Amino acid sequence: MIAEFGLAALWLAGALAVLQLIAGTLALSGKGPGLAGIVRPVAMMQGVLALLAFASLILLFWHTDLSVKLVALNSHSAKPLIYKLAGTWGNHEGSMLLWVAVMSMAGGFVALVERRLPEPTMLATLAGQAFVSIGFYAFLLMSSNPFERLPQPAIEGQGLNPLLQDIGLAFHPPTLYLGYVGLSVAFSFAIGALVTRQVGPAFARAMRPWVMGAWIFLTLGITAGSYWAYYELGWGGWWFWDPVENASLMPWLAATALLHSASVLAARNALRAWTVMLGVVAFSMSMVGTFLVRSGILTSVHAFAVDPERGSFILALLAINIGAALTLFALRAATVTEGERFAVTSREGALVFNNVMLTGILGIVLVGTLYPLLAEAMGTKVSVGPPYFNPAGAMFAVPMLIVMAVGPLLRWRRDSFSRVRAALVLPLPLLLGLGLAVGLAFNRGIGLLPAIGLALAPAIMLASLLPLRARSLKRTPLPVWGMVFAHFGIAVAMFGMASESAFSSERLVAANVGDSVEVGPWKVRLARIEPIAGQNWTALEAKMLASYAGGAATEIDPQARSFWTPPQQTAESALLTRWNGQLYAVLGEQAEDGRWQLRLWWKPFVPLIWLGGVLVALGGLLALIGRVASDLRRYVVREKIADRRQRQGR
Amino acid sequence: MSIGGIKPKHQRLVLVVIALVALIGAGLLAAWALRNQASYFYLPAEMAAKPPEQGRAVRLGGMVETGSIKTEADGVTIHFIVGDGKARIPVSFRGIVPDLFKEGSGAVAEGRIGPDGTFVADNLLAKHDERYVPREMKDMTAQQARATVAETQ
Repeated sequence: MIAEFGLAALWLAGALAVLQLIAGTLALSGKGPGLAGIVRPVAMMQGVLALLAFASLILLFWHTDLSVKLVALNSHSAKPLIYKLAGTWGNHEGSMLLWVAVMSMAGGFVALVERRLPEPTMLATLAGQAFVSIGFYAFLLMSSNPFERLPQPAIEGQGLNPLLQDIGLAFHPPTLYLGYVGLSVAFSFAIGALVTRQVGPAFARAMRPWVMGAWIFLTLGITAGSYWAYYELGWGGWWFWDPVENASLMPWLAATALLHSASVLAARNALRAWTVMLGVVAFSMSMVGTFLVRSGILTSVHAFAVDPERGSFILALLAINIGAALTLFALRAATVTEGERFAVTSREGALVFNNVMLTGILGIVLVGTLYPLLAEAMGTKVSVGPPYFNPAGAMFAVPMLIVMAVGPLLRWRRDSFSRVRAALVLPLPLLLGLGLAVGLAFNRGIGLLPAIGLALAPAIMLASLLPLRARSLKRTPLPVWGMVFAHFGIAVAMFGMASESAFSSERLVAANVGDSVEVGPWKVRLARIEPIAGQNWTALEAKMLASYAGGAATEIDPQARSFWTPPQQTAESALLTRWNGQLYAVLGEQAEDGRWQLRLWWKPFVPLIWLGGVLVALGGLLALIGRVASDLRRYVVREKIADRRQRQGR
Repeated sequence: MSIGGIKPKHQRLVLVVIALVALIGAGLLAAWALRNQASYFYLPAEMAAKPPEQGRAVRLGGMVETGSIKTEADGVTIHFIVGDGKARIPVSFRGIVPDLFKEGSGAVAEGRIGPDGTFVADNLLAKHDERYVPREMKDMTAQQARATVAETQ
């Protein structure tokens, strides 16, 4: 019953999306004046139905309803409840349903609360959202139906990939999708503004909170995904330039550029066409990412099932959506009149620089991600990794970060460096001093990029606080706090990254029980190995006593787990976090002579990478709260004035 | 420091040109870096016939020859032979091997050719389960079958 209900809700939601598109288009072209009124309610209803469909699937996984094919293929009755629930999106169909549900709910939410856009732009925006949704509804219903029944209920489910049986699965995909798919709103806003030619500060102010909301979730999703990969894979790395990771990074880069260019548009009415373009590009990158991940052309833990039909379907969707948007852009870009002018040395100038650099990084990542696919189509198998991405990305990132430190100090329109030179009196010598120290360290074998990172990060941390100088901290507006937090967070994360690659120490040994291993300042003793059992796995657990610089010992317990549904081994790493870094331990195999393989890392300041990511998201949240609060205040005041006027009988 | 020399009329053009130059720069940089940094995939026969230059990061995929895995005294360095029925390449690896890495099944090694002609792997990828196979190993099944036959005879 639940499966049929879910499927019906999904079909209805799809039908409403069609209605939303038709009604919106007709109302816009003036053919159906009565239709304008139904677009918003239809969008909201569509969101509710998609949510119901998604809730139905969660329910099916909760009960482990083995008559449903998806549940039988991906779940198991003996799995812990949290992984049954999170397993809803740990497969192709379920994750696409989550995608569609988030998209419809985003559209419904816009219809519910957005009141700043002029009505025609709003109609065009909702029609645009429906246009994109329809394709994904069709994809889901025609080639990835999550509610398909089995002719005979299965006796037992096949279980979930053990790598996914981790608490990270409960958080990382939903957060990432809220961001990833939330950017569809930016896309639809851009379409709406292009259709009605209403590109201006009011448009930017209306769009900004939506982009900000999606961007916050995207930032958190990427941060969570990176930490999850770090501790779950047991490889000690936190970013592998895997195509799947790049697929989430590209929309983030575009959305970050969009946030900054939207602030120029909102404050100064410049960068009009560019901002609209970025709105299109940001969500296009989300769709490219979905194509890469869900089509099966890549193999990774994210690409669940390989099915060429699905790949072609998503590719067609991608071509239609991006092609239509770019065509619309090409037709309308010339009519978007030029915005206000500004000098190169100005806040706008710095933000333009930021945008160009972010776009450059985006280009580098996009080319590096797609190149292996293109090369393979021509018959050569290649892979592209850190040796390409790190230096090529840094060429743009380093200048961008330097400008990020100075930009917020500049005034709008026109400024001069001599005015801000005084403010940089602290960070600059710090940078030079650190640069010197790190230069010496560089001679002792630290790589060039980590050395640059170590020198830049503290100076940027300091410089990112400068916008607060000569301000009353109580009266500083929340969006300024948000900017300070986000920029500070970037520097914090950069310090973590640089420190991790510069100072990590690693030990790989085969040890007998009772042996001690030294790694960095740590001394780790392998006390004993014990067998233990969980709900759907058994494991060998190493009891290890770790002491830092001769201090008291703390126990850490890395495991080698064997799951039986499906049969697979995973290494569960153990982490010990101190203020100045993390000890990372992995238990390997037992050699024939009885020794155990152990892999230990001491990674100074590595948690700063994710702390920085959280700070960046927090900055976004502060800015969002500040903007929404001031919008609400303005709205309430306007209502009051209107109310008073009415009472005075005017 | 203002752009006094440029007529304001041209500002949009200047911006577009700067952006274009940066993007074309990025493109050229990317192309150049890709040529130098992309890591190519080799089968043992290809590697034997035309070995990549020493120290260049490449990947080698093939069958782990039965009976070839030897562990050094340190307990963490292994040596084995990757073959495809036509050529055999010795590989060394220091680390914890993936769980499904075993003799007689396929593996992909990421690394470089060392001075003595041994392939030094920094990373090993093995077949994970039926649903998760390294991309390069998907169309190796036919070759694998032949290689397995050749090896067991």
